[in-house]
Amino acid sequence: MSITVYVPRDAGALSLGAEAVASAIAIEARRRAVDVQIVRNGSRGLYWLEPLVEVVTASGRIAYGPVQPEDVGTLFDAGFLHGGEHVLALGATEDIPYLKSQQRLTFARVGIVDPRNLDDYRAHGGYRGLKAALAMDAAAMVQTVTDSGLRGRGGAAFPTGIKWKTCLDASADQKYIVCNADEGDSGTYADRMIMEGDPFVLIEGMTIAGLAVGASHGYIYLRIEYPHAQRALEAAIASAERHGYLGADVRGSGKPFRLEVRMAAGAYICGEETSLLESLEGKRGQVRFKPPLPAIEGLFGKPTVINNVVTLASVPIILDKGAAFYRDYGMGRSRGTLPLQLAGNLKRAGLVERAFGLTLRELIEDYAGGTASGQPVRAVQVGGPLGAYIPVSQLDTPVDYEAFIAIGGMLGHGGVVVFDDSVDMAAQARYAMEFCAIESCGKCTPCRIGSTRGVEVIDRIVAGNRTECERNEILLRDLCQTMLDGSLCALGGMVPLPVLSALDHFPEDFSGTAQNTVA
Amino acid sequence: MKRAINITLLPDLPEEVRSAIENVTARLGQLPGALLPVLHGVQDTLGYIPPDAVPLIARELNLSRADVHGVISFYHYFRSKPAGRRVIYLCRAESCQAMGAVTLEKHIKERLGVDFHETTANGAYTLEPVYCLGNCACSPAMMVDDELKGRLTPASFDAWLAAEGK
Repeated sequence: MSITVYVPRDAGALSLGAEAVASAIAIEARRRAVDVQIVRNGSRGLYWLEPLVEVVTASGRIAYGPVQPEDVGTLFDAGFLHGGEHVLALGATEDIPYLKSQQRLTFARVGIVDPRNLDDYRAHGGYRGLKAALAMDAAAMVQTVTDSGLRGRGGAAFPTGIKWKTCLDASADQKYIVCNADEGDSGTYADRMIMEGDPFVLIEGMTIAGLAVGASHGYIYLRIEYPHAQRALEAAIASAERHGYLGADVRGSGKPFRLEVRMAAGAYICGEETSLLESLEGKRGQVRFKPPLPAIEGLFGKPTVINNVVTLASVPIILDKGAAFYRDYGMGRSRGTLPLQLAGNLKRAGLVERAFGLTLRELIEDYAGGTASGQPVRAVQVGGPLGAYIPVSQLDTPVDYEAFIAIGGMLGHGGVVVFDDSVDMAAQARYAMEFCAIESCGKCTPCRIGSTRGVEVIDRIVAGNRTECERNEILLRDLCQTMLDGSLCALGGMVPLPVLSALDHFPEDFSGTAQNTVA
Repeated sequence: MKRAINITLLPDLPEEVRSAIENVTARLGQLPGALLPVLHGVQDTLGYIPPDAVPLIARELNLSRADVHGVISFYHYFRSKPAGRRVIYLCRAESCQAMGAVTLEKHIKERLGVDFHETTANGAYTLEPVYCLGNCACSPAMMVDDELKGRLTPASFDAWLAAEGK
């Protein structure tokens, strides 16, 4: 009988040599005349253990990792195909504490199923959400999403149901569903993991969205940096079309829904929804004024629901298990679960999906086990390049949209980037401004000019003596205020968060180098 | 009075460039919002988007030259000059910074003898900055064409480069 071995095809696992491991296992199995079937799954999100190889045994899936091609011989010697003991053996995958303590709703299948296999998706609860949706009318679908309390996971945290309702109520001959898969924030990779590890869940979520608001066409706007996700999505879309889940008549409902992947071209600003729509229309990705809201006048001037990957991928389970099931997770106005992405200088970086309400400290100390360098944590940036730098004294902040706003930060897409004590916060603040200058779309002056001036002022602070430092700090704070108040979108409007938080919490890094020579 | 330029007159293009563009526009030109897919198609075929080709692309899509030029120059990914045989995208974003990307960047630039956006003298590599490859749990990261590499160090970069040279 054939033995099933899982070797991830997730881009992160591939970046650590998973392809070579898969072929080494295939070669070794042939050499030893053992019947092994290799399935290329997504990643479980335990990246310090990647490439993580799993074997299906009578007592469930047994994990080994991190496996390198040169380990394959000894794994076979140790009888890993039957769960044998080995220095890389990790026991049953589900019992690894990092994974066991999680609440995986959106990521329920990622790393478990074969992302190219629709039957495997259905065998693991896939397309049950669509089935439930097809038994409802459009208003009931939208109401379920509203009642679940789901908020946009891309960063803005806008209630998804309200967005859908606005689009449903708009009358037009054509409406669109657009998936924002331009995951540009540093420290985030949840979208990528879903698209590579469970692309059908995104397709199902978009199909439900299409049925709910009356849209017949969907676009996935995917960043060019994600070629692996592109291949996974295109394979999954073709398979869904063949099986009648996409096309002129979705599962005999009489309603059409078609899906297309469109590649971005390396502009961070295109993650902003209106700029993304401009880009899809074949234009420069310049931000639009709002109103009109995209839900009323979006892509090609038609009502458009635009949601992030994780948001849309959370829809199927809500339709399947009901609004109350999802809403029961979480705290305050942050309902459900959030896939948090632990990144940067950490011993155990990876994906942690948990209900809202756990603290940053739990994530960094309990899950990640502190820094990779062994040095103390100094700063944590949450929410990508526009998120605040959080000092150690605020690590007890719970993961909750409102709690983060209260400390002058934002939860964003749930990326958590940890820095040890070697970090120079003035350099990080300068980088934030530099990044904004590179990526600004140029439409509004505070962002276009302000970011360049910001870099210059920080340079003067760092090079100046005490008086110049103080004068320039006033200037920098004033500039940040102008950008906060006067920018058209979140890029210019939020880049002051990392700058001001660095300035407020780590003033010692901005003391200037010239003062020592003067004093 | 300035003489009007006849916009139907297009600059002379090498035959392979012309046919490549006409193939792409014939295949993708009818898509709604076709310009980005068309530019991707041209760059995938030719390796870059020749500035002389802009008028032809514009005519085929019924856009102005300014529209096409504006889009090409807006997006970091589109290039107007040929790249090296392989393009190295090195991540500069925060997660990679926290794991030594600044030192790595300096090392790679010295090793290749180029700055960002430049191609090595032998035409082998073009070095480009990128702001996040989504491999933040395995920082620092780089992507060579579409091959992703994680937990890179100056030493592992050198080892990769040496293996490439063979």
